[in-house]
Amino acid sequence: MGLLEKKSKQAFTDPLSANNPITLQVLGICSALAVTVKMDTAVVMTLAVVAVLSISNTLISLLRNLIPGKVRIIVQLSIIASLVIFTDQILKAYFYDISKQLTVFVGLIITNCIVMGRAEAFAMQNSPGKSFLDGLGNALGYGGILIVVSFFREILGSGTIYGFQIIPDSAYAAGYENMGLMSLSPGAFIILGLIVWVHRISVDIEEE
Amino acid sequence: MEHYISLATKAMFVENILLAYFLGMCSFLAISKKIDTSIGLGFAVVFVLTITAPANWAIHNYFLQDSALAWAGFPDVDLSFLNFIVFIAVIAAIVQLVEMILDKFSPTLYYNLGIFLPLIAVNCSILGGSLFLVEREYTLLESTVFGFGSGMGFFLAIVSMASIRHRLRYSNVPAKLRGLGITMLLTGLLSMAFMAFSGIDL
Repeated sequence: MGLLEKKSKQAFTDPLSANNPITLQVLGICSALAVTVKMDTAVVMTLAVVAVLSISNTLISLLRNLIPGKVRIIVQLSIIASLVIFTDQILKAYFYDISKQLTVFVGLIITNCIVMGRAEAFAMQNSPGKSFLDGLGNALGYGGILIVVSFFREILGSGTIYGFQIIPDSAYAAGYENMGLMSLSPGAFIILGLIVWVHRISVDIEEE
Repeated sequence: MEHYISLATKAMFVENILLAYFLGMCSFLAISKKIDTSIGLGFAVVFVLTITAPANWAIHNYFLQDSALAWAGFPDVDLSFLNFIVFIAVIAAIVQLVEMILDKFSPTLYYNLGIFLPLIAVNCSILGGSLFLVEREYTLLESTVFGFGSGMGFFLAIVSMASIRHRLRYSNVPAKLRGLGITMLLTGLLSMAFMAFSGIDL
């Protein structure tokens, strides 16, 4: 029992840092960069992915013995797509402004490799409880990187954090300028590249 | 005519689907290690995007859009919430179909595209292309041009990245930066280079 508990705990904690989906498994980068100009969109995106990934992992794991191997991709895709439609409708109903800012990127959770990847690699082989924890852990590990990237892009690019001005007016008066590059796409690539570097030094892993 | 050329150049360079909208990053990172394979994937994306964009445009405009079903006698029906699931199903079906047709009529091309065709069904840039054309309300011809332009943009980006990574083999990159880290930094520089095209309007 002790071992089992430890394993479920690992399914949750591993992806948070030691096996982070973005920096180490290289999954889900597509949407990770586009929504990180401002922190509020990053937080909403994280919540959407947490909801979709933990529920899809649980559902796919519940159905894992019923899904025929040959058509499993299309079954997984339809489960994921239904959940994403559901999330999108909720966002449109309660967070209309943010859902406008996220534009097509909520829909793109369907093809986010992280959801398909975890379904294939974990949920098809493990029990629903463990798959739920794995989904939750991976989504939070993904969200963590999203929030760190958006923190740097927002403070360097527009001098605010979560919409509140941090850089004082006196600094602007003294000649400080926001780094416009950070709000544009190259900023996202460079910040993520540096975060990957720092993270790999901290967990001591290298490729090849 | 100029309008369409301008739209295509915009999709190819200024609003490059990969470097400005980050779509298709996963396959971009995984496949850009070798030049040959990246050319194969690039062509497959151009091919599939040019076909799926107008197909999804037609489905959106004649079936799913608000009051699109008026021709069938249901003027009040709005099925646009089904966009995601229908688009992904159409893409998966078209990819399967393209694969079968190529296998029958052009075995060489089929052999060259090989494993990349099925992978494309879950490539964000294909679904993203379809979602963008709904968002921006393009016409049928505009969607086709946009699909082709975006595909070419992806092709250019992935082939240049593969060439850069090929040259990179001889350089001494810090151990922990190898792989994903250096690739992200390079993509940042490449994306800056593509931004030089912004403001160009034909």
